Amino acid sequence: MELLATAGPALMEALALILQPQQIGFLVCGVLLGLVIGVFPGLGGIAGLSLVLPFMFGMDPVAGLALMIGLIAVVPTSDTFSSVLLGIPGSAASQATVLDGFPLAKRGEAGRALAAAFVSSLFGGLFGALVLTTMIFFARPLILAFNIPAMLAVTLLGLSMVAILAGRIPLKGIVAAGLGLLAGTIGLGGPGGSPRMSTYDTPYLLEGFSLVIVGLGIFAIPEIVSLLRQDRAISKSGTLGRGWLDGLRDWTRNIWLSVKCSGIGVMVGMIPGLGGTVVDWIAYGYTVQSAKDKSQFGKGDIRGVIGPESSNNAKEGGGLVPTLVFGIPGSASMAVFIGGLALLGYEAGPHMVRNNLDVTYTIVWSLALANVVGAGLCIFLANPIARLTTIRFTLLAPFLFMMIAFAAFQARQSLGDLVALMVIGLIGIFLRRFDFSRAAFLIGFVLSSQAEAYASQFYQIASSRMRQGGFEGVLDYVGTPLVFGILVLTVASVWIGLKQGKHVYGNDSTPVGAKRAPVIFMLAITLYVAVSVWNATTIGFAGDKVFPLTVGTVTLVGCSLLLLRMRRAAEDDAIFADNEQGGEDGAAPHGLWATLGWFAGLLALSALFGFIIALAIFLLAFFRVRAQVSWERTLLLSASAITLICVLAGSLGRDFPPGLLQQFVDLPWPLT
Amino acid sequence: MILKSMRRWVGAAACLAATTALAGTASAEVNLSGKTVEFVIPFSESGGTARWANFMAPFLSEHLPGNPTVVVRYRPGAGSVSGANWFQEQDTADGTLIFGTSGSTQFPYLLGDPRVRYEYNDWKVLLVSGTGGVAYLPPETAAMMNGLDASGLRGQNFIWGVQSATGLDLVPNLAWQMLGLNVESVLGMEGRGDGRLMFERGEANIDYQTSSAYIKSVQPMVDSGMAVPIMAWGALDDDGNIVRDPTFPDIPTFKEVCDATPDCATEGLTWDAWVTLFTAGFPANKMLFLPGTASQEMVDTYTKALQEIFARDDFWAVASGELGVYPQMTGAAAQAAFRLGTQVKPEAREFVVNWLKESYGVVLE
Repeated sequence: MELLATAGPALMEALALILQPQQIGFLVCGVLLGLVIGVFPGLGGIAGLSLVLPFMFGMDPVAGLALMIGLIAVVPTSDTFSSVLLGIPGSAASQATVLDGFPLAKRGEAGRALAAAFVSSLFGGLFGALVLTTMIFFARPLILAFNIPAMLAVTLLGLSMVAILAGRIPLKGIVAAGLGLLAGTIGLGGPGGSPRMSTYDTPYLLEGFSLVIVGLGIFAIPEIVSLLRQDRAISKSGTLGRGWLDGLRDWTRNIWLSVKCSGIGVMVGMIPGLGGTVVDWIAYGYTVQSAKDKSQFGKGDIRGVIGPESSNNAKEGGGLVPTLVFGIPGSASMAVFIGGLALLGYEAGPHMVRNNLDVTYTIVWSLALANVVGAGLCIFLANPIARLTTIRFTLLAPFLFMMIAFAAFQARQSLGDLVALMVIGLIGIFLRRFDFSRAAFLIGFVLSSQAEAYASQFYQIASSRMRQGGFEGVLDYVGTPLVFGILVLTVASVWIGLKQGKHVYGNDSTPVGAKRAPVIFMLAITLYVAVSVWNATTIGFAGDKVFPLTVGTVTLVGCSLLLLRMRRAAEDDAIFADNEQGGEDGAAPHGLWATLGWFAGLLALSALFGFIIALAIFLLAFFRVRAQVSWERTLLLSASAITLICVLAGSLGRDFPPGLLQQFVDLPWPLT
Repeated sequence: MILKSMRRWVGAAACLAATTALAGTASAEVNLSGKTVEFVIPFSESGGTARWANFMAPFLSEHLPGNPTVVVRYRPGAGSVSGANWFQEQDTADGTLIFGTSGSTQFPYLLGDPRVRYEYNDWKVLLVSGTGGVAYLPPETAAMMNGLDASGLRGQNFIWGVQSATGLDLVPNLAWQMLGLNVESVLGMEGRGDGRLMFERGEANIDYQTSSAYIKSVQPMVDSGMAVPIMAWGALDDDGNIVRDPTFPDIPTFKEVCDATPDCATEGLTWDAWVTLFTAGFPANKMLFLPGTASQEMVDTYTKALQEIFARDDFWAVASGELGVYPQMTGAAAQAAFRLGTQVKPEAREFVVNWLKESYGVVLE
């Protein structure tokens, strides 16, 4: 390969290009911006990239690349802060980190969890950069080997993670995943555009729910509400126990896990069309399956942090492979990155790798350097920021409500976003209360549209082959070693999951009590699923009908079996798990509905007066009445919160939700 | 001391304001200084229209009077129908709101999609820019063509990846049908790039790409003997005739191929429908609008800024890869292209709606 002979010198040239004070300056700028964007929950790399895109034209290409790559590379590093400290997924790539990271923070080991996460991120990021260096020459056949059946198989592999995350009763996990899949089908169908569980009169539902809102609703709202009810700091002891040195040690002990999960991250990131949103789940599933002692997962096992965090940074290096080799974005942020490249005068694709190898390699170096700078800064900041977990949560909660409402509003910029957040948050609260796996729900939701798309495309191609070449034609198409290998992995994953999943979250028993509440919730779910199935039968276009119908029917069977078991079981059966019957939630000084009422109040006020005015009223009332702090502190905290949100929205060029008032009166920004 | 200097500042500011106001009335020119222009597109951050808008925004900022900040805002949903419905209700007349659309916004409008609540004729068009498209085959299949006569392909079973039945892919789909090819559509691609990957993986055996994607991704395949272009959709000349695409002067147009192929007519209802869809989707692929309430003065200001941008050499050095070498039409040319792209004969519309229903089961009522 003559290309290889040029690769070494080009790599060195690229290093010389990037090691200029100006380029390093832009890289650090990108890193800082990425860190800030990542820290705020719900704002991913796309928001950050859109911010710098207007400045790209006319910039020095290397500086522009350094700025963009610096930004993309560190978002999955700093998004760990909110995942671990607050239990809020910082971005789609660190949803799985919440599962063990947040319990660690509650134990007062936030510093340790963060340090382990950042070292893992650093390692994953460097691993990704290394793979990218060589893979841009060899990846072509590998990526082309992933045909539609193979991608469908990988999607199934992702869904098989439900088995290990299902919790004590596997059937509940299946129902939760089924609900997630069904939630993902709401709106205009992917293949044919028929409305599902929505009509043209409900325009909001037509577009379906965005991942940001579902992620925040399912994970963040239940945790915030639960903590708020208990009125204490996140760290139970109120102090920071083990620090970041322990985290480093944890990582060195699990270095192989980090290597393997980085490999998973690169691989999944490299396949265009799979997207980065599953990568952390697959890595988490693998981490749990491969661990000997599974008893601590979900309660604060450091390996549950190391696995996903290694993979989600490695994925960016992997995602750049198809972006550069084919000019096809591996994820949405890569799509924006391609746009930025065009402004710099380069067209991502084989042409660029062949003719501008030195510039291409500055991407690799930027990626590596950004990971080092980003992770270094994060480790440095870990302990001070981890102190957030020792603050009385009631003072933190209004800021969080404000942030997630703002993040949710970015989805569609309609008041409907806030309503959706509230409704899904409520579902999340109940799933948590009755011990349904929220992770399973989210995996179902994330994979829903691609499971449907690949299944439908596979079916279309297979039936066309059937008509032409008969059964053999189909077999030729499907029976590749790759597809077979992934399917074997999938079966193994389900098998291990079913055999051992019980032990993962099974040790501490959720309190059980009265039958009534769990049964009512179960009936409500069953009703929704039944309506979905009925709705699916009314769809005319087969392509939009089959998937919700199949998933709905399976879920309905699961629901019926659960209801049947509920009828027979005694009151103390695990199936009647209800967190309100004891434990932390049961003993909380504040009620669920009163606490949720605060958030509903913010929503209602927003609908009337617009977000900023509503926020001001909400903050003043909350700090004064609920948190009972002095008027001075109330005013100070409220003012700083509003300043923060205005600066953030102003710099991102975003608006706030308007209310009824704004229809009658023209107000200046930010009151619009 | 502080008071004194403050007073001086206020005085200076008032003076400045007065001069600006005077200058404003004297030349009656629009000045957007200190304002923020929102460039709204009805798509998400990851699409081609987003690339186009983000590409144009900094240039607009530089060439509009007063150098306003131009920010791109995204209002995705329902394949751009939601955003266009939103724009229909806007009445911002001070030039701080512009709206960019693509062929995907025109098609639902032309076909009478029930979700469409917008009316193109209410808006003020500023810019219409086009693109082209090239269809290609694997070499062994392409060899079955007899010169321009495509009837040799009729015995083949073709598969190709399609984004949605009612989108831009309608144009090639109708072309396959007119040539009598047996092409099965695999619906649900997220972009044309996915369709191209299917072709590269051997899962699809016919495909087309728009011009810039063809040049940068398909041309290398053609050079290495993995694909052969069979026809381009062509371009419109000043009289509205379909001629060879200036970007691909060596590739015959669909019209030429159709003429040379038995049972493919370049007149009549089907052909009219194809031309209408082609015109809406390709020569008028991207459009830029001001709300209907904007004054002619504002339209002129924007037109002037756009013309200045297109007159820049360094713009084209970068833009040719991004936008292709297609005309960027402003002023009267934009008006003409706009009319071609947003009008459809009722018979042609009815034909397409029926054809969609029969071939795809897609009902537009």
